[in-house]
Amino acid sequence: MKIEIRNGRLIDPKNRRDEGASLFIAAGKIAGIGQTPAGFVADQVIDAAGAIVCPGFIDLGARLNSIEAELAAAVAGGVTSVVVPPDADPPLDEPELADRLVHRAADIGKARVLPLGALTLGLKGERLAELAGLAKAGCVAFSQANRPVVDTEALLRSFEYAATFGFAVWMQPQDHWLARNGIAHAGEVASRLGLAGIPVSAETIAIGTLLQLARDTGVRLHLTRISSAAGLTQIGKAQKEGLKVSCDVGIHHLHLTENDIGFFDSQARFDPPLRTQGDRQGLSAGVARGVAAICSDHTPVGADDKLLPFGEAKPGATGLELLLPLTLKWATAADVDLATAIARITADPAAILGSDRGQLGEGADADVCIFDPEASWRLLPEALRSKGKNTPFLGYEVQGKVRVALVGGTQK
Amino acid sequence: MSPLPTPLPDAESQCRQLANLLAPTLGRNPALVGIHSGGAWIAARLKELLGLTDDIGLIDVSFYRDDFAEKGLHPQVKPTVIPFDVDNRHLILVDDVLYTGRTTRAALNELFDYGRPASVELAVLADRGGRELPIAPQYCTWSIDLEVGQNLVLARDDAGTLAWRLEHA
Amino acid sequence: MHNPQLNRHGELTHLLSIEGLPQEVITHILDTAASFMEVSQREVKKVPLLRGKSVFNLFFENSTRTRTTFEIAAKRLSADVINLDIGRSSTAKGETLLDTIDNLCAMHANLFVVRHAASGAPYLIAEHLARVGRDDIHVVNAGDGRHAHPTQGLLDMYTIRHYKKDFTQLRVAIVGDILHSRVARSDIHALTTLGVPEVRAIGPQTLLPSHLGRMGVHVFHDMAAGLKDCDVVIMLRLQNERMTGALLPSAGEYFRHYGLTPQKLALAKPDAIVMHPGPMNRGVEIHSAVADGAQAVILPQVTFGIAVRMAVMSIVPGN
Repeated sequence: MKIEIRNGRLIDPKNRRDEGASLFIAAGKIAGIGQTPAGFVADQVIDAAGAIVCPGFIDLGARLNSIEAELAAAVAGGVTSVVVPPDADPPLDEPELADRLVHRAADIGKARVLPLGALTLGLKGERLAELAGLAKAGCVAFSQANRPVVDTEALLRSFEYAATFGFAVWMQPQDHWLARNGIAHAGEVASRLGLAGIPVSAETIAIGTLLQLARDTGVRLHLTRISSAAGLTQIGKAQKEGLKVSCDVGIHHLHLTENDIGFFDSQARFDPPLRTQGDRQGLSAGVARGVAAICSDHTPVGADDKLLPFGEAKPGATGLELLLPLTLKWATAADVDLATAIARITADPAAILGSDRGQLGEGADADVCIFDPEASWRLLPEALRSKGKNTPFLGYEVQGKVRVALVGGTQK
Repeated sequence: MSPLPTPLPDAESQCRQLANLLAPTLGRNPALVGIHSGGAWIAARLKELLGLTDDIGLIDVSFYRDDFAEKGLHPQVKPTVIPFDVDNRHLILVDDVLYTGRTTRAALNELFDYGRPASVELAVLADRGGRELPIAPQYCTWSIDLEVGQNLVLARDDAGTLAWRLEHA
Repeated sequence: MHNPQLNRHGELTHLLSIEGLPQEVITHILDTAASFMEVSQREVKKVPLLRGKSVFNLFFENSTRTRTTFEIAAKRLSADVINLDIGRSSTAKGETLLDTIDNLCAMHANLFVVRHAASGAPYLIAEHLARVGRDDIHVVNAGDGRHAHPTQGLLDMYTIRHYKKDFTQLRVAIVGDILHSRVARSDIHALTTLGVPEVRAIGPQTLLPSHLGRMGVHVFHDMAAGLKDCDVVIMLRLQNERMTGALLPSAGEYFRHYGLTPQKLALAKPDAIVMHPGPMNRGVEIHSAVADGAQAVILPQVTFGIAVRMAVMSIVPGN
């Protein structure tokens, strides 16, 4: 199958390309840009007039509760690769489970699935999972999702073990003791509403510990879902000192603050919690500078699990189909150019994963997203493919609509 | 019933007429209970004119109204004050205008929560007709016809003088 | 942001929190309560206002005392009162909060009095009722988590107004475990709305929430400094479970620093009143000589509480 995508604006941040150019795809790979490759005869021509043609998005965190619907949601949102945290039920702590997930995803044939293996058995933070076996079954890195390793020695040993094999470790930094009873940012809103708080120090203390252990063990560390300006500053400093540490920020944390809890709106319950306006600005500036990548932190939650008192409601929001519009909205608000914004959900996540995807260089896998940056649509439950209809933006008019997503040169 | 005169009659002289009507009952040692707010002003005036020594009772029927379901609680509720023992007492309920009779019914219900009076009579300055309940005043100084939408309102100025005012809904 | 306890005419249709209530609404409730005080002294302590209406006391968290005051208030308004200790029934069987509410709606409830351990639970119920089109059913918050206990806040205001008349000249201290106290939060919002110029919070840092300053409160850690020249002292109950963690070392040390003794009370104005939402821990937050002393108005608070709850339950269903 040979495809030509013509008339679009081609943005490929990794290769510093932003121009009106045709994209040629053959055998699932990028066969050429601009110039028609010798002997290329398109079987299919996609007219991308008025649209952006860019690498398919790589989402660093999406939970796939009902895998078929969620992978369809992914490609509908232009996401061609999905990193799945290990906190499914049961947790992804055995090679067989990883194997099954990878094959299931391949059968479904929508977005690529990159599973994170559990760092510890049952994510309990005690005994190591079979990391090498999990890696062989397709796990790209190891993680505790949002669960802690309370025992610091166990944490050190797990890092040492992962470093032995050159595996990356992904951790959500949150001090267990400071966060265990909390349900909202320990700030003005939590004080007023009488919600138990999670202080910023829960994040910064954990970051301090994790960075130190990464220095000591040499493990490749990725920190997920940073929520505070102070935390991001800490990580930025470590990066400047030469530590190979990366991080990401959930897209909702670039838009919302503790004030969005309003009168106990459980759609504004997140883990980690939404923090202050200052934090939001700090995160936004950090992401603009390239300290962190953006992810959807897609967490489908059924209505019943949100129709509960704030503290009992499940945290998280649907995100796969909002990643693009919310990233574009962030770019406008933060005065960031389109190529930089796209890099945060393509080339940057690819670099974190050590992957060749997230770019449209010749020979690369043809994972492509074609989207209309001006098209607006109303965010209603029926507009989402995901089973997760939980979003604080319900009813909003959003801008940015995916026309076509290609995974490995195949239209999805 | 007679049509509405212009100017409206003098409420103060009507109070004196009402006092004259009530004078023969003084032998029974009646207690006056004024319905908030116009009736309470008239009751206070009658106490003066009749030279009564007992304090008058004041009643706010907000908690006994039958239109709570439609209208909710009246925005300004004043405490009801009944400073005497109601049991076996002859009571004269005083109001400014008698209309549907519903306020009188509410006041009667409230009074009976204080005890069992020997009798209750009704004294009003004006009876504008339009009764919806079997209630009639024993003492009344002025019967008039008013159109629906017209409201006769008793007002009290800073000097304490009572006067009628006509309002249109 | 739409305040879910007011209808589109700005009238109080649920009582969920004192925060955001206009001063006139609070004053109207207190004025109405004054009229109900008189009802409670009659031979027949009952008015027919809520005759034929059903008040459901939904106590997801047990509190016999508060439930009783609501029950008395509802009965004096002639309502039918149904008490449900849901903590021990439905939710134990896995029924969700809103399932329970739907069931009770089908039983033709008119008013829910809700006590729940989770902050915000009454909001969830009020929003659900709006969503299912049951504007005819009203919610009164009888205490949600650490968030609010608005009728207690209102009865505290009634008490202060009764003894001090004018709010705009007062210095009011709230002493103790403000972090976990829904009463304190409601009192703070009520006091600041009614124009009290100085509201103080006194307690160790472990028991004070952050950002109290943003709620218009002056923070004191020293009892002597905090009580100085106060007109009103509101003591809060210290739960026993606060002593098990790292919040406080012991009841004894707490009492030495933050217990209200006659000596410490002497630092307040000579005519200062002492309030407590009850139940009291004598010898923990308050000395018996103060609790039983001439400045204590703790029992009148209970009496006023009935009238205030009658006022709330008669205003809210009418809107």
